[in-house]
Amino acid sequence: MINIQPYQNPEYFILLIIGLLPIMIGLLYGRRFRTYETLISIAFLVLTFGGVKWHQGIALIGYVIFELLLIAWYFNYRQKHNKSWVFCLAVILAIVPLVIVKLTPLFDFNKESIFGFLGISYLTFKVVGMIMEIRDGMIKEFHPWTTLQFIIFFPTISSGPIDRYRRFKEDYDNIPDREKYVRMLEKAVHYLFLGFMYKFVLAYFFGQYLMPKVDALAIAHGGWSVWVFLHGYVYAMDLFFDFAGYSLFAVATSYVMGIETPMNFNKPWISYNVKDFWNRWHMTLSFWFRDYIYMRLVFFMMKKKWLKSRIAMANIGYLTLFLIMGFWHGETWYYIAYGLFQAIAMIVCDAWQRFKKKHREMIPHNKFTEAFAIFLTFNVMCFSLLIFSGFLNTIFVVH
Amino acid sequence: MKDQILDILADITGSDEVKKDLDVNIFQTGLLDSMGTVQLLLEFQNQLGVDVPVSEFDRSEWDTPNKIIAKVESMK
Repeated sequence: MINIQPYQNPEYFILLIIGLLPIMIGLLYGRRFRTYETLISIAFLVLTFGGVKWHQGIALIGYVIFELLLIAWYFNYRQKHNKSWVFCLAVILAIVPLVIVKLTPLFDFNKESIFGFLGISYLTFKVVGMIMEIRDGMIKEFHPWTTLQFIIFFPTISSGPIDRYRRFKEDYDNIPDREKYVRMLEKAVHYLFLGFMYKFVLAYFFGQYLMPKVDALAIAHGGWSVWVFLHGYVYAMDLFFDFAGYSLFAVATSYVMGIETPMNFNKPWISYNVKDFWNRWHMTLSFWFRDYIYMRLVFFMMKKKWLKSRIAMANIGYLTLFLIMGFWHGETWYYIAYGLFQAIAMIVCDAWQRFKKKHREMIPHNKFTEAFAIFLTFNVMCFSLLIFSGFLNTIFVVH
Repeated sequence: MKDQILDILADITGSDEVKKDLDVNIFQTGLLDSMGTVQLLLEFQNQLGVDVPVSEFDRSEWDTPNKIIAKVESMK
């Protein structure tokens, strides 16, 4: 049986357009063909997780059954009681499969876990978000079918963007009126072509053409050299165009299905500080970390009055958030160093902003300082992505 | 109620701008960030007795003083 990975080659796009055509015509006439939608979703999931990847398919099915049962159990429990330890238990159980998958290569000589499948992280984010909103009483009804559709929504299954259950349900239960849907289709076409440009032209240029040349020079030179830093910039461009391109495809496909999946990138390279950058870069992930980890932790710390200093609590929040993000990326020194670097950048950024507020009259603000802020942020972020890329490991550790 | 909310907002943002312009976007202007949001939710709880869960706080629905007043009053 054939196996085609999402948004990788022309066959996938051709199948996508053919498969989505009836859904599109239906939505234009105000109808959702639920059965057809489900069949098409299953077909695309089989394309991604079938064939040579059948073991991933089995892992996915097992994972989804486990998480659905967990959500159902916690939802039922929460209708009658609200103990904190049960909530914590539910969150821990929800992330256990992901933790096993992430830790297996560490203990088992770089072997992949049998529980692993493409996109397990992104599915886990969605499930944990649901459990937290059930705890908050924001999800008031449990619909197993909608929950299943939400978790395995095929356009975003492999790498997000990470949607939110209540937002998804609203779109899934309704049909956009024709005027709105036509606008969504226009956007979808625009995103699709922008995505082609990003992923198959620009990411290809930076990743496949430029990067090998820069890397060869850096390795030939050895140690620190201008080529090492250049790798950071080329890597940043490659990562951005590749991932933003993928995200545009996922959003475009969602729009055609009448689901307004949130965008992942908003011109990150014009950010004027690191905080601004995280509001523009991989937004659905950073907002997930902000809402479900940072804000909850800070809220908890402030309510229980753990510390007097608000600044200290905010800084603990940043460290926790970015270290978890680092460990989530993978158990290697450079992902964790990247997390630490980002946390420190946020702490410094906050300190500078407080200083600026106090000494407003002393610090000039004009077009030049704005341009300098953007320039500085760009360089700091490219350096952080140099750490993230693992190239320093290649230069200094492996060689 | 309205004045109380505006006082809390002015106190946390450290600026009277929220009282002058009730439609100012508090996130885009940098008046409020995540930390400020948490403080805001805690003050609503302590001073007004209004419980706003963190997951209720969707930034696009809470980004101006007017929207915040409407939201909090609807939750009272």
